[in-house]
Amino acid sequence: MIVRIFSEGQYRLDDAAHAPIEQLDEALRKAVEGSDQVLFKGALAELVDYVRDHGTALADDELTASDIMIPPPDTSLEEAKTEFTGEGLIPEP
Amino acid sequence: MPGMSGRMSTIVKAKVSKMLDRAEDPAETLDYSYNQQLELLQNFKKGIADIVTSKKRLQLQEQQMQQQVVKLDTQARQALAQNREDLARVALERKQSVQGELQGLDQQITDLEGQQQKLIDSEAAMRAKLEAFRTKKEVIKAQYSAAEAQVRISEAATGVGEQMADVGLAMQRAIDKTQNMQARADAVGELEAAGTFDDLTQLGPGKDDIDRQLEQVATSGAVDDELAKMKVELGSGGGAPQALEAGSEEEAPAEDEPAAQPAGGEAA
Repeated sequence: MIVRIFSEGQYRLDDAAHAPIEQLDEALRKAVEGSDQVLFKGALAELVDYVRDHGTALADDELTASDIMIPPPDTSLEEAKTEFTGEGLIPEP
Repeated sequence: MPGMSGRMSTIVKAKVSKMLDRAEDPAETLDYSYNQQLELLQNFKKGIADIVTSKKRLQLQEQQMQQQVVKLDTQARQALAQNREDLARVALERKQSVQGELQGLDQQITDLEGQQQKLIDSEAAMRAKLEAFRTKKEVIKAQYSAAEAQVRISEAATGVGEQMADVGLAMQRAIDKTQNMQARADAVGELEAAGTFDDLTQLGPGKDDIDRQLEQVATSGAVDDELAKMKVELGSGGGAPQALEAGSEEEAPAEDEPAAQPAGGEAA
């Protein structure tokens, strides 16, 4: 499967990575809901690191749609809370 | 996926498919993407220019603040040498506040540099994807049946669409951050204009009472020093306390002494 880390690029991961990514993502969602700054930073970093460590970066000339898209690694809790909840931060392509 | 990534994926996919739906066939999708790309690149150049401007402005402000720190430190020392601990305290308090602002500015400038680099990287990735799309489209057309080609080109176009969403997001965030920093820099500028800390170190109108007192102390200190030096030269052998006492009575000769001018100027 293909995962895109926004502001960074796409990675190809084994399909088996889906479950752990989903878990990490769930932890991230909870951190945002709980407004926990420390938890949020940690969860986002863990998710991003997992993809980087387990995936292979796609070449620039590979054109594939992603199955999962992860917010930019430097996303702030405020951005996550306000911008990613609606359509805010993703502009019209 | 119910989490953040899932939500993000859903939003981006919805936007990309909306974009692709506007095109009736894959070739048209390419043209559409290309025009979008040209527009994006224009916005990009503007975004990067804005960031560079903001960065320069913040750097200038940083320099001014660094000078203030040095001046306030000097003034504090001078006040303390004159046993004016109250004034020294005020100067040091102001120095602390300027230093606090400085640290914030430093972080902001670093952030801006990061944003600038991200925009440049995003632009390069976008160019690469679009170039790949243009060549791949022809290859796919030559290799596959019309129906299959349509599917594959749509898939590739989705990849380009995602990249655009990525680039658009990077730009949006950079603009937001720049605007925030601009607002903050403006607020600091207003503080300075209001005399909160800048005026303390400047001669001319706008000086407050503490400024004048600090200046007086620095000036009279310089005068006293000069007098003490002169007395030693004249062989009167006067100690420091005696020189300080004499200082208030013999201001006029001290002002004629050329060496007193640089000392007074430094204090200002």
